[in-house]
Amino acid sequence: MTTTTVHDSAKPQVRRHHRRLSPGRILAWAAMIAFLIVTLFPFYWMLRTALSTTRSLPSAPNSLLPVDFTWGAFERVLGLGTKAQAVAEGGSGASVNFWLYLRNSFVYAGAVTLGQVFFCSMAAYAFARLRWPGRNLVFGVFLGALLVPPIFTSLPNFILVKNLGLLNTLPGMILPGFLMTPFAIFFLRQFFLGISREIEESAALDGAGPWRTFFRIILPMSTAPVTTLAILTFIATWNDYFWPLLVGNNEQTRVLTVALGVFRSQTPAGSPDWAGLMAATLIAAAPVLVLFFAFARKIIDSIGYSGVK
Amino acid sequence: MTPAMTAGRLPTKGNAVSAESIVKRAPRAKRSGRDSSSRSAGGRSELVPALIFIAPATIGFLVFYVYPMIRGFYFSMTQYNVLGTPKWIGFENFVRIGKDPLFWNALGVTLEYVVLNIGFQTVIALVLAVMMQRLTKSVILRGALLLPWLISNVIAAMVWFWLLDYQIGLVNQFIEWTGANKIAFFGDSFWAIPTIAFVNVWRHMGYTALLVFAGLQTIPKYVYEAASIDGSSEWSSFWRMTLPLLRPVLAMILVITVTGSFQVFDTVAVTTRGGPVNVTRVLQYYIYQKGFAEGQFGYASAISVVLFLILAVMAALQLRLLRAGDSDLA
Repeated sequence: MTTTTVHDSAKPQVRRHHRRLSPGRILAWAAMIAFLIVTLFPFYWMLRTALSTTRSLPSAPNSLLPVDFTWGAFERVLGLGTKAQAVAEGGSGASVNFWLYLRNSFVYAGAVTLGQVFFCSMAAYAFARLRWPGRNLVFGVFLGALLVPPIFTSLPNFILVKNLGLLNTLPGMILPGFLMTPFAIFFLRQFFLGISREIEESAALDGAGPWRTFFRIILPMSTAPVTTLAILTFIATWNDYFWPLLVGNNEQTRVLTVALGVFRSQTPAGSPDWAGLMAATLIAAAPVLVLFFAFARKIIDSIGYSGVK
Repeated sequence: MTPAMTAGRLPTKGNAVSAESIVKRAPRAKRSGRDSSSRSAGGRSELVPALIFIAPATIGFLVFYVYPMIRGFYFSMTQYNVLGTPKWIGFENFVRIGKDPLFWNALGVTLEYVVLNIGFQTVIALVLAVMMQRLTKSVILRGALLLPWLISNVIAAMVWFWLLDYQIGLVNQFIEWTGANKIAFFGDSFWAIPTIAFVNVWRHMGYTALLVFAGLQTIPKYVYEAASIDGSSEWSSFWRMTLPLLRPVLAMILVITVTGSFQVFDTVAVTTRGGPVNVTRVLQYYIYQKGFAEGQFGYASAISVVLFLILAVMAALQLRLLRAGDSDLA
């Protein structure tokens, strides 16, 4: 197999060498670099602005370096600086409870991820490997839920959470995603289908029931797909805006996305605190970016896969 | 190349494309023979453990998917102020939707957004994916293109709100430098929807390109080798082979992205909030306003039923027109 692969890629390599200097290739590279700049530049601009002094921004709006460099924006977002200093730099001076929002985001995304991945892996195992009547029919019905747009279930779910008395609580936000999403079950079932039966059979010979087989053998074997799913779920939940806005839009339960929206609408229209806003968005994006840099390969490889979603 | 490998490379109908699924296919095929034999020998059903395994997910499914769906249809037939109780009024909400100019405005605005968003996003993604395929398979490059997709809609909206600011935003500084007139991107009734569409193209183009790129990997190399022997140019290879062979994958991608695009909300909520006047009041934002700002829950539910139906019809149409099920590679 290895020899075939090498042989396979060797041939086009020769041809590619010829094309390396063609005008078409140069043009394509130029376009690719242009796309990369458009993609990455806004991230740099966030950082450049976050390290500037808001009051000084209008004096050098097109300076590529921070204007009047300061850590002040980060300090005022995190509540570290004094109020006078914040106002002097162009902040509103209002206190923002950023640490609380950060904690809420972690609790919300963390709990949804843990619950969803755990319960969906159990269900996926039953759909992939256990033998029971009606298995494929039930799986099909579960998958059907993929077709329902979130907005359609969000309104009734809001009423449900309200009736349960969980409006503006973290459990109310967490519950709907905690037990299952059709995608998570589908994703993990595909992987469980690929595990060799022999492993389970030898476990059964040793007297292990489905429960022990699953927790002691299958789950430890599947850390790679389970981690991938957990990362994707965490990122999606961390970035969620609509649902937390509906059921958690008060001071105590606000997550970062919702808080950023409020923060932005509270800044005076004439002179927004751009440095503060950009510092806040950077902090809000940081956990996801850290996750990405740690697991880039896994996430990138999973994209083609999750395309079936 | 062995026959088994060739078979492993070929995409089966609408199948997912990833290294994992290709690697896995072989053991699965081997297993199916053993599977039936062990079943006839044992024949035991594992119903009881299975029920325990699926219990939590089933509760979640019934309580947070099935029940709200039924209720959603029910609410759409009622007059329901969130504080009161729902009162059955039959199809009255739907009659009212037909006569509601703001609904039709929202539908028009949403369609304009979807056309701009999906049009640009799909073309750019195709171009990017083909360039990635031909130029480099670097993971760093793919990771860089994926970055905007990782941050939330809210953050993407805020960054561009700043970059496109009328007074001191960088883009307007540049426009002024070229001698043209500054543009109030989010505040101008002509530019507002294209701007919002652009922000979301920016956020999704790399992600969509990776989906297309994964699809490109399923086109076997021998197709291109044969073409280059026939003297086909890159350009005509793209139109005559890549695009047709990519069609099933493209159809799936379009169904996903169009469905998502119709539900645009975050960017509007953070930047324009439906304005100026009504030009960016997209359907989901209208539903949100009716249901949560004005408390007309029955009416909001009825609009969401309409949105649901539109999405179902769109998905069916797309799959039909693009014949997503069958591949040309046969």
